[in-house]
Amino acid sequence: MRTPSGHNVYAMAAEYPSAAALYEAAKVVRDAGFKRWDVHSPYPIHGMDEAMGLKKSWLSAVVLAGGISGLLTAATMEFGPSSFLYPLTVHGKPTNFFTVPAFFPIMFELTILFSAFAAFFAMFIMNGLPRLHHPIFNWERFSRATNDAFFLVIEARDPRFTEIEARNLLEKSGGQHITIIHED
Amino acid sequence: MIKGKAATTVERPLARVPLVLNKRNFSWLTERISGVVENPAPRWWWVSFTITGTVAMFGMFCLGYQISTGVGTWGLNHPVGWAWDITNFVFWIGIGHAGTLISAILFLLHQKWRTSINRSAEAMTLFAVMCAAIFPGVHVGRAWMAWFMAPVPTYYGIWQNFRSPLMWDVFAVSTYFTVSVLFWYTGLIPDLATLRDRATSKIKKFLFGFFACGWRGSNRNWRHYEMAYLLLAGLATPLVLSVHSVVSFDFATSILPTWHTTIFPPYFVAGAIFGGFAMVLTLMLPARAMFKLHDIITPQHIDKMAKIILLTGSFVTYAYVMEFFTAWYSGNAYERFAFWNRVFGPYWWYWWVGMLFCNMLSPQLFWFRWCRRNVYVVYFVCMCVNAGMWFERFIIIVGGLHRDFLPSSWGLFIPTWVDIWTFIGTLGIFTSLFLLFIRFLPMIAMSEVKITLPEADPHYGSTNGQQPAAAGGKERM
Repeated sequence: MRTPSGHNVYAMAAEYPSAAALYEAAKVVRDAGFKRWDVHSPYPIHGMDEAMGLKKSWLSAVVLAGGISGLLTAATMEFGPSSFLYPLTVHGKPTNFFTVPAFFPIMFELTILFSAFAAFFAMFIMNGLPRLHHPIFNWERFSRATNDAFFLVIEARDPRFTEIEARNLLEKSGGQHITIIHED
Repeated sequence: MIKGKAATTVERPLARVPLVLNKRNFSWLTERISGVVENPAPRWWWVSFTITGTVAMFGMFCLGYQISTGVGTWGLNHPVGWAWDITNFVFWIGIGHAGTLISAILFLLHQKWRTSINRSAEAMTLFAVMCAAIFPGVHVGRAWMAWFMAPVPTYYGIWQNFRSPLMWDVFAVSTYFTVSVLFWYTGLIPDLATLRDRATSKIKKFLFGFFACGWRGSNRNWRHYEMAYLLLAGLATPLVLSVHSVVSFDFATSILPTWHTTIFPPYFVAGAIFGGFAMVLTLMLPARAMFKLHDIITPQHIDKMAKIILLTGSFVTYAYVMEFFTAWYSGNAYERFAFWNRVFGPYWWYWWVGMLFCNMLSPQLFWFRWCRRNVYVVYFVCMCVNAGMWFERFIIIVGGLHRDFLPSSWGLFIPTWVDIWTFIGTLGIFTSLFLLFIRFLPMIAMSEVKITLPEADPHYGSTNGQQPAAAGGKERM
């Protein structure tokens, strides 16, 4: 979709006066059946996931996988050298499997370490970050999204998107400063 | 799903004191907190930074001298082979623990007041762990061989002894530092985006923009972000308890009287949080006064931190008393002697001043509300605890070593000027890093404090589902 001046349209956006107004608007847009849309707020709004019709983040599954790989890494790293490659006898103590409690602290630490890395990197990858630019920054009002303003953005690539319907929906839900955001 | 009215959540039967005073709104918070970074540095900042930077330089010089000359520049000798160095290590690691307690454990416990202090407390954690890492790193003697601690076959294919508590310590401390950095940076991203959007110069815009990673406060992003934050908090919680437990294993797995005891892990963790909270207040009270953050770090916050100091101080007191009881009840002559020696031996005043007065008695002032609400009393107690926790570690370490099993092996520890100035130098490094932090990064987590405002609630001010509420916190039901 293009504007008369020849720009590609990224989205139709509106500003809302408060978190409560944005929350109600999100429910309206959700019920209208839109899929490619988002809300922007300076802090995570409690209950907004339900209002947008989003399910629980599956990031936790990635973290579980990270934790398991950390545990296995530690187990391999400890048993391999200390029990098979070069059993290290210290103070005449045994090196068999039953010395495993002495391996627990490092197993624990690596489980945590790998899980934390998984959580950190999965958060970036699942959010499509880092990125140095985004069309939404073309809207000058948007710089307050990280300060005190609340926005709702319906993307043009949503199959249900038409300029009229999106504008009506944003107006009906109490949006202000309704505008078209250019792609470039 | 959310339907119908959940409208009157604002009216709580037991109204709480708001966490941000004077009905400040979102943009006031952004202005005030970003302003600390954006406005020119006040004169006191330059004065403080000059002093702490100079002290840090002394510390750097001592480290350079020690590394180039050898570990003999410290006063270590038989029988005291661990003294100020490991005392300082445990002291600094312990201080870090309060930051993780505030950022992770209090988060899991839904303590919203943590939002005013968690960012700076986490920064304090990082700087404290950096200072801690200096000491074992240098104490290995040939500091350039410190990489022998990494799990690689260093010498003729022989691997490290993974069953050694010192090896556990390497993993615990390095994991702790890494996870703390990840957690801290994750929390910083939305606030870096705020600074990016407010930046006036091109270079600031680029730098904040680069580190904010293109954050735009989208709810689809917040969804994964909150899950990552929750899980990092959930991971950091057992981690922080494990770190000081593992540090205590360095002592507890030995056979020395006063070291060989099962009470050490919880005792060390409680002591770490106790000392760490004192350091948080030591740093926050001046910063709060200098940057006029009284509406964000309120008397309520100080009151709650004082209560935690009282609580953990009581744990520590219990552990001190229990150690004496166990020594007496064990009937072991060496154990009994060691504790008698702690109170009446050559280091007697360390115990009377450090452990008894500073750690056991001074926090008792916090039973009184007036004391918890008076910043001067709070600061006095925090300084006592800071000093007391250092003395406690010295008593545990040197106290356990200086009277060996045979009187012929007895000796005392006398610190050299290198010992003393390395420790003072790390105080300088720590405070310099903290001063740089408050100049260049938002010292309060803006996006998290905003959640605690009443208008942050999506049901604030609305009686039926469709009516938008006024922004800015003026309407109160």
